[in-house]
Amino acid sequence: MAATEKLPVTGAGPFNAVLTWVDQRFPLVATWKEHLAEYYAPKNFNFWYYFGSLALLVLVIQIVTGIFLTMNYKPDASLAFASVEFIMREVPWGWLIRYMHSTGASAFFICVYLHMFRGLLYGSYRKPRELLWIFGMFIFLCLMAEAFFGYLLPWGQMSYWGAQVIVNLFAAIPFIGPDLAIWIRGDYVISDATLNRFFAFHVIAIPLVLLGLVAVHLLALHEVGSNNPDGIEIKKNKDPRTGIPLDGIPFHPYYTVKDIFGVAVFLLVFAVIVFFAPEVGGYFLEYNNFIPADPLKTPPHIAPVWYFTPYYSILRANTINFFWVDAKVWGVIAMGISVMIFFLLPWLDRSPAKSIRYRGPIYKSALAVFVVCFLILGYLGTETVTEGRTLMAQICTVLYFLFFILMPWYTAIDKCKPEPERVTK
Amino acid sequence: MMLRGMPAPVRLVASLAAAAVLAAPLAVRASESEVRLERAPIDVRDVASLQSGARTFVNYCLNCHSASLMRYNRLRDLDLTDRQIIDNLMFSATKVGEMMNIAMTRQDAAAWFGPAPDLSVIARSRGSDWLWSYLRGYYRDAKSPTGWNNTVFPGVGMPNVLWQLQGQRVLKEEVEKDASGREVKDGHGGVAKTFETVVPGTLSPLEFDVQVRDLVAFMTWMADPNQVLRKQVGVWVLFFLAVLVALSYALYKEYWKDVH
Repeated sequence: MAATEKLPVTGAGPFNAVLTWVDQRFPLVATWKEHLAEYYAPKNFNFWYYFGSLALLVLVIQIVTGIFLTMNYKPDASLAFASVEFIMREVPWGWLIRYMHSTGASAFFICVYLHMFRGLLYGSYRKPRELLWIFGMFIFLCLMAEAFFGYLLPWGQMSYWGAQVIVNLFAAIPFIGPDLAIWIRGDYVISDATLNRFFAFHVIAIPLVLLGLVAVHLLALHEVGSNNPDGIEIKKNKDPRTGIPLDGIPFHPYYTVKDIFGVAVFLLVFAVIVFFAPEVGGYFLEYNNFIPADPLKTPPHIAPVWYFTPYYSILRANTINFFWVDAKVWGVIAMGISVMIFFLLPWLDRSPAKSIRYRGPIYKSALAVFVVCFLILGYLGTETVTEGRTLMAQICTVLYFLFFILMPWYTAIDKCKPEPERVTK
Repeated sequence: MMLRGMPAPVRLVASLAAAAVLAAPLAVRASESEVRLERAPIDVRDVASLQSGARTFVNYCLNCHSASLMRYNRLRDLDLTDRQIIDNLMFSATKVGEMMNIAMTRQDAAAWFGPAPDLSVIARSRGSDWLWSYLRGYYRDAKSPTGWNNTVFPGVGMPNVLWQLQGQRVLKEEVEKDASGREVKDGHGGVAKTFETVVPGTLSPLEFDVQVRDLVAFMTWMADPNQVLRKQVGVWVLFFLAVLVALSYALYKEYWKDVH
């Protein structure tokens, strides 16, 4: 047994004895050191490096508020809408829990989108962090599934018809589509059966997978070490005596105190929304979702919540029946690829420099065009379709895909600046 | 540390934001012929106004429309006692803890009058401005089955339930012109629709507007009865978080002194 070989824990005052007892039966000190006190992170993290820890915070907020919502929510088509209003009106502080959860959903996407954008800025997906990026992409897919299943639960008009539209996408798949859609819904239309299974997915299935993925995402990160705004490896320059990277600082206490500051600022913004504008002009809580779901009344304008609108625009932008296959099928395929293509980024990017600081003008322009297209697609997805808007969406969709498809070529010919030996301030 | 050494991303984000702002109008150009709504001059913290609105609501709305998510005794929040609620505002219910339901079943209502939506959260789906404009948008129209029509909701199924208060109005056919012969515009640049009162109501136009304002205020409050508390709590939360931001910033700077 290793129990007797370990040194006693010191420096924890009155807790030394109990921590020693635990440490002799569990890798407490080793875990603490590996992931916090002796995990060396580059000292030059900037603003963009807050969003990983903030996404983790939002995950915790969603789980805790979700547990309390579940205590009063009724996953039953005839009771669901009223039970949400019961939480809003009659459960003590229920309105706060519910608004935190609804705001948290959007905040999660904001944090994750900015976290991913950080990856694009500094090449965080590049070798040796390919697997880290892939785990992150699976987290993103889980998050989308979680948001989609959760959005049905309030059982408002947008919940109902949004789910109807998305499930019908699966019906567009050739041969198996219609049966697949029935299998997903458990019925011929979105119904009580659908609500029950979506509830099961939302509160247990997806969160379990999500937590596991977050764990491996962090393990992979701590294995390879964090990237930084200069995109160079701090492990290349170690103190010959201690073996500690010269540009690294222990995550705890340096980044824990810095992230606490980030958390405080985030919570300030979060509280402004929760307490003063929880609907955010119909973007976080859609107005039509305050009408109970009515299977007989299709709303004239069905729009997904803002975080899905870029992909929804890509879906709608396909209006031509190529090769005798319905335009809708191409739309579904394009939408699927638009999300999945991020998986390939580590292998599409051939730039000698990782960070945007040392990349050439071509990548900078390409990234700028990509982000603008993403924002325009997002905006168009909230609006009704007109001829002009469809054309705009088509242009942006093409540019969106060109960012990825042409990447092996333009990153290879781009004029990069030499990367520095050590991180810059 | 955070602010130093990041001009490239800052520049990038700034240019992205600028490009998005410039591109957005290109994307929206299509004209939207929605009805222009007037801003509802309501104050959900004005208890007297809400009490008056509650009275109008139970007298004029709560016969055909339910508010099934709203409990009568929630009106205590409007400084009313249970006794006052029972004596003045409860007609079809027997206990003060009941929901604001109506005697008619939904099916009967739909068969007799057409669908009459539950009004509990109507101010959240339609918006206060819509309600304010709608309730003041009725006019006599011989072509409509009920004899009434509405500028905000053309072909509306509900007749003007407030007609005794407002009187009967007709829409002026010709567009109003000013002295120089130009069309009079409303506050948003659209052509102003004007009404002509043919049969006056029991209230003056101003008194009627005040009553509708109170009704819309009540419906807005009812749609989210915790909204006043929410904002009061929110001020304290923000105050606390502002202190937390300051302290955590000081802590961060103190620790980072020795990072070079």
